[in-house]
Amino acid sequence: MIGCAIARELTRYRLDVVLVESEVEVGFGTSKSNSGIIHGGHHTEPGTLKGELAWAGNQRWVRLAQELGFGFRRNGDLTVAFDEADVEVLEKIAQQGRDRDIPGVEIWGPDKIRLEEPNLNQDIIAAVDGPTAGVVNPYEACFALVECAVANGLGLRVGAPVTAIEAGGDGLLVHAGGEPIETQFVINAAGVHAEKVARMVGLLEPTIRGRKGEEYLLDKRLASIVQRTIFPCPTPTSKGILVIPTFDGTIMVGPTAQAVEDLEDVATTAVGAATTFDLARRLVPGISERDCIAEFAGVRAVAGNNDFVVGPTSVPGFFNAAGIQSPGLTAAPAIAEMLVHMLGEAGLDLLPRPEFKRTMPRPVHAASISVGELTEMAERDRRFARVVCRCELVTEAEIHDAIDRGARTLDGLKFRTRAGMGRCQGGFCTSRCMQLLAAESGAAMSDITKRGDGSWLVLDRNQLGTAEVPT
Amino acid sequence: MMPLSNLRDEYDTVVVGAGPAGMAAALSALRTGVETVLMVDREVEPGGILNQCIHNGFGLHHFGEELTGPEYAQRFLTDLLDHHIDIATDCYVLDVTPDRLVTLMSPAVGVRQVLAGAVVLAMGARERTRGAIRIPGQRPSGVMTAGLAQKFVNQMGLLPGKRAVILGSGDIGLIMARRMTLEGVEVPGVFEIMPHANGLTRNIVQCLHDFDIPLHLSTTVVEIHGRDRVEKVTVAPVDDQLRPDLSRAHTVKCDTLLASIGLIPENELSQKLGLRLDPTTAGPVVTSTMETSRDGVFAAGNVVHIHDLVDFVSQEALLAGENAARYVTGRRPPADNIKLSSGANVASVVPHTISSDREHTVYLRVRKPMEKSWLRLGDVYEKRLRYVVPAEMVSLKVRPRFLEHFHGDSLTIDIVPRDEPGREEP
Ligand SMILES: Cc1cc2nc3c(=O)[nH]c(=O)nc-3n(C[C@H](O)[C@H](O)[C@H](O)COP(=O)(O)OP(=O)(O)OC[C@H]3O[C@@H](n4cnc5c(N)ncnc54)[C@H](O)[C@@H]3O)c2cc1C
Ligand SMILES: Cc1cc2nc3c(=O)[nH]c(=O)nc-3n(C[C@H](O)[C@H](O)[C@H](O)COP(=O)(O)OP(=O)(O)OC[C@H]3O[C@@H](n4cnc5c(N)ncnc54)[C@H](O)[C@@H]3O)c2cc1C
Repeated sequence: MIGCAIARELTRYRLDVVLVESEVEVGFGTSKSNSGIIHGGHHTEPGTLKGELAWAGNQRWVRLAQELGFGFRRNGDLTVAFDEADVEVLEKIAQQGRDRDIPGVEIWGPDKIRLEEPNLNQDIIAAVDGPTAGVVNPYEACFALVECAVANGLGLRVGAPVTAIEAGGDGLLVHAGGEPIETQFVINAAGVHAEKVARMVGLLEPTIRGRKGEEYLLDKRLASIVQRTIFPCPTPTSKGILVIPTFDGTIMVGPTAQAVEDLEDVATTAVGAATTFDLARRLVPGISERDCIAEFAGVRAVAGNNDFVVGPTSVPGFFNAAGIQSPGLTAAPAIAEMLVHMLGEAGLDLLPRPEFKRTMPRPVHAASISVGELTEMAERDRRFARVVCRCELVTEAEIHDAIDRGARTLDGLKFRTRAGMGRCQGGFCTSRCMQLLAAESGAAMSDITKRGDGSWLVLDRNQLGTAEVPT
Repeated sequence: MMPLSNLRDEYDTVVVGAGPAGMAAALSALRTGVETVLMVDREVEPGGILNQCIHNGFGLHHFGEELTGPEYAQRFLTDLLDHHIDIATDCYVLDVTPDRLVTLMSPAVGVRQVLAGAVVLAMGARERTRGAIRIPGQRPSGVMTAGLAQKFVNQMGLLPGKRAVILGSGDIGLIMARRMTLEGVEVPGVFEIMPHANGLTRNIVQCLHDFDIPLHLSTTVVEIHGRDRVEKVTVAPVDDQLRPDLSRAHTVKCDTLLASIGLIPENELSQKLGLRLDPTTAGPVVTSTMETSRDGVFAAGNVVHIHDLVDFVSQEALLAGENAARYVTGRRPPADNIKLSSGANVASVVPHTISSDREHTVYLRVRKPMEKSWLRLGDVYEKRLRYVVPAEMVSLKVRPRFLEHFHGDSLTIDIVPRDEPGREEP
């Protein structure tokens, strides 16, 4: 997310910019595996970069979503109290909101809560209403930012892990497979691997620890059980388990917070599931694990100072946008602006490109238009009348559009179109999506992957005898 | 299949789904005397799930011989094509309203609406997935439902992997254990959380025993490992509360995990229509004529309750088609007067109501296996059963003479042990 936002921000200017990403799709690090909340800005404590940038970032999302056509909705949030001690914390949160001039932050009593969110636990005695909070499809935001940046001249290198960076002399030389990239500036937005990348130029800071969060997605049946994102009263160490109405109308519960050694440990656990559902049920008693359709986990990159690390380093030209833990998604647009400003101060010539294209067409989703509109679309393009994914009503036209926009893997298609994200989790549409990907690229079915190298999906019969499976 | 430009604006009967249920319903509606029938399926070929079931074992009851899935489907299709019927394939039913306005989508006609005199819902079922049972672990490629693997192998000539662990002993998993072994894919074992198998006995014997594939009962997969592709799974025995005993866990190397953990009736359309659903079957509540809680909307096959034998699907659907036609032509039989409910060791009963003046076939599923038992229909009838298991549907013919002296309006069906009533079976 951070790299995507910075890349787009930089393409506003007459610059040569390359985004280098080790995965084959952008946004497939932590940014696709989070709660998708654009925080209201009142939760974060003052005196931290996180705190400052959350509200600054929040204010930029409406416009960003309008320009780039990804899913974003201001659904608001409620932070709830079960007892007087909680209420004290709520007072503080509300005060933080007022101090930042965040509109609409106020404390509700039980009657108002029952009226607005009747399915909450009846023992809740007060809540802070944060109307500025929203939800976003974070992967869609990443795709859209990068598609827009590419339209504005960004060089995109995916499937290209940076393995070494030579510093010293007149600039930096980045090795990421293929031709090394000569550059004046490198921005390290490598998420949980930012420490590793910083070490490539000899820096010992920042250090990054991983904190895993598990999330559980529930069936659409529960769709309107809450309107707003529901937060428990936070403790000094955790925001707790939330109940999140996602942009797509499903309910998600999570995230847990668990220190992990392995920075790529995205395994869900039995303990995580049990904790999540117990705590979520405390907020909204109607939630049950029986409605779970999918689960995932992401790892937060926590820097040594427990704050965002944004700015220049002792290595000339090497900048960090690291330690971007929660609310990093929210803050991303503000982080991008801040960083570009810093690059300017460090001597990068920020000459605006008048031809900068700020908007991208919103992809059509059959599921979110009326039958009348769909009928018209199908008159013009009959591929809108062929359903590929029945749970989420995704048509062949949308699949083709996603491939045109850069989807190369099954997950790339899934996160762009929702094909395979519904209740049957791809049971019916996987083979069809694979066929469409294969046809478009002229590849064999056995070359199609879930999300890049090593994640092959099927084998040809003649591959059985070979010792090695494809990579 | 047919030039869809000929699609009418109105049909006597529209059948949603062209699996065995849809085909039998369409056939029987035509035989009962309606003039115009449209059968719709989103797949390119009619036949439903049968098209990927290339093994034999279909039709013993209905045709008195053993056919493969596609052969069974072809018998019905051939019969259908002798009648005048419109078949729209590659065509998705988006919506059915209570007034029976059916919205269709297909590349051939775009988005169109047709009005139906009666509707038969025959959308079949979908498979339960990993998410539904929340197997902890990573999310690599190589975890899929057994039905998807079946499609890859049987319809596309591809293999899901080289070494596949099967979770759940549902029929599709059992059939796939054999299929993959024949294809040269190793199957280290089938793991079933329940103390009993969930597939038909004949499949346990023919697909596992005959191929030396071990079936581990009371055992489940507790974790999936692998970043990009499955590398191994951890399995552990469970106690009688189905809680895994992690101290006895071990890992099994594999690159594929197939889930065969059950089917769920595909009832999105039924929900949109506001049909009453039965939580025990996850399908619509139906009368003895297979009519749902909406007038003129009938349902049959896996959409109503999960069947293990296609022959019963066909029988049930013939009934649904016949009654859809009777509805349209104003020859509806008298309404049902007796409600059926599930009693001891009965998980579900279909249909939900019957009439005392006709003969009915009632289908039941038991909760747990039972050796020698009585099947009791209230106080009016009882019958000896040999061995019942949840995997095999029990059918009961209810004849008018059983009910001659019965004047109540509801009957409970129990399956109880034959020796000491109420005693738990081991
Ligand atoms: C469970 C969870 C819930 C969260 N919920 C929220 C929320 O609701 N709201 C919110 O605002 N924030 C939330 N966050 C935080 C938010 O997700 C992160 O702040 C944000 O995604 C960080 O973005 P990033 O670009 O820094 O990291 P990433 O998305 O991980 O991006 C880093 C990228 O760098 C690539 N990379 C790494 N090493 C190399 C290399 N050597 N060469 C090339 N590429 C490399 C990676 O592949 C990756 O794509 C949550 C986080 C978690 C874990
Ligand atoms: C792997 C497997 C092995 C089996 N083995 C045997 C066996 O050996 N012997 C035996 O007797 N039985 C067997 N069965 C059981 C039997 O095949 C099924 O019970 C039967 O196919 C169910 O028929 P159906 O018509 O209800 O559903 P399906 O066959 O699933 O047909 C439903 C049809 O509806 C279509 N549809 C759904 N929604 C829509 C929509 N909105 N618009 C348009 N079309 C739609 C689907 O595309 C599908 O074609 C097996 C089943 C499976 C899955």
